[in-house]
Amino acid sequence: MHEMSLCESILDILKEQAARDRFSRVKRVSVDIGPLSCVEPEALQFGFDVVMKGSLAEGAALVISRPPAEALCLSCFKTVPVKQRFDCCPECGSEALQVVSGDELKIRELEVV
Amino acid sequence: MCTVCGCGTGHSHGHDHDHGHNHDEDHVHFGAGEAGVSVPGVSQSRLIQIEADILGKNNSYADRNRALLAEKAVLALNLVSSPGSGKTTLLVETLNRLSGKTFASVIEGDQQTSNDADRIRATGAPAVQINTGKGCHLDAHMVGHALEKLPLEAGGIVFIENVGNLVCPAAFDLGEAYKVVILSVTEGEDKPVKYPDIFAGADLMILNKTDLLPHVDFNVDEAIANARRVNRKIQVLQLSARTGAGVDGWLCWLEGARAMQAAGLAAE
Ligand SMILES: Nc1nc2c(ncn2[C@@H]2O[C@H](COP(=O)(O)OP(=O)(O)OP(=O)(O)O)[C@@H](O)[C@H]2O)c(=O)[nH]1
Ligand SMILES: [Mg+2]
Ligand SMILES: [Zn+2]
Ligand SMILES: [Zn+2]
Ligand SMILES: [Zn+2]
Ligand SMILES: [Zn+2]
Repeated sequence: MHEMSLCESILDILKEQAARDRFSRVKRVSVDIGPLSCVEPEALQFGFDVVMKGSLAEGAALVISRPPAEALCLSCFKTVPVKQRFDCCPECGSEALQVVSGDELKIRELEVV
Repeated sequence: MCTVCGCGTGHSHGHDHDHGHNHDEDHVHFGAGEAGVSVPGVSQSRLIQIEADILGKNNSYADRNRALLAEKAVLALNLVSSPGSGKTTLLVETLNRLSGKTFASVIEGDQQTSNDADRIRATGAPAVQINTGKGCHLDAHMVGHALEKLPLEAGGIVFIENVGNLVCPAAFDLGEAYKVVILSVTEGEDKPVKYPDIFAGADLMILNKTDLLPHVDFNVDEAIANARRVNRKIQVLQLSARTGAGVDGWLCWLEGARAMQAAGLAAE
């Protein structure tokens, strides 16, 4: 289950950030998880609670934002929203879409004490 | 099997729902929140804005592997597929054919056992087995340590057989030059659209077990069309690792990839 190892990466980042920004507890972690990122929010949440046990972020809230996925249509040259990698262009129906965003996996904001 | 990531560990993703979720428009809020802690005026909490890629550490290990491989002029390929599509069988056939011509070694990723590494070593090629335990993918850190144990000869190839899983290996760059996804004709032609991330990230799709085509209901054209729906640039080869039919085309592709690596042109 790779969400577990992603949570371990999150914990590493929190520890590094704690040393840099001098905080001892994390109360909230806000992350951007793109819809094309192959991460299941439910599984990430489950892993988060387990991995953070006994750490500086035990009991912290994980707030997951889902930024929209967008693609460039190579037929009509518009930037269009997509839900899946194989969507067609909603403007012109073309299949020639180049995904430009939607696979983000990043921490955006921390609430700390 | 775990339906979240396709791994075979049989672990449970059930979690007690005492934390509750709220689903806003494009936010899903999970977690214990501040119940019982947020007394107004008492909390001295502050906000820190960061832009930290959660895969950043893996990516920096991958960059390190890629730089080492470039410096040594070694071509690394990341072979991904669902369990049993024929990765090890194809590697054994490939190593036998390369033997005496191109130096090749193998990194084998499996949750348990060294069966696959033993099959590889029987060809005479060096192999390192990584057992991931419960982990359902290789990461760049593991691969970096495996590379330390392998002889890296200029002009050679390192094949990395990932854990059989069409889901998470998509997220973990190992530092390879190319990602190769293997789909066998017994798996159904809809796999590329069911598991789009792994096909979207692959440079080459190998359709394996073509010897079974007369016996299965598998539409090759549809499988290729599905792969191209998620990845317009994906290259496709058809072969049978069992009979050897089409393996020449794969060896040809390997020659091209080796030339690209030697010229420093192999893409991420
Ligand atoms: N008919 C046929 N069978 C094949 C072919 N390639 C592999 N197999 C068989 O498929 C089964 C699985 O092959 P492996 O090479 O172990 O598959 P794998 O992808 O390495 O499996 P894991 O490492 O467990 O994920 C074995 O019984 C092979 O003999 C093929 O081209 N044709
Ligand atoms: Mg194998
Ligand atoms: Zn899992
Ligand atoms: Zn995994
Ligand atoms: Zn369009
Ligand atoms: Zn290490």
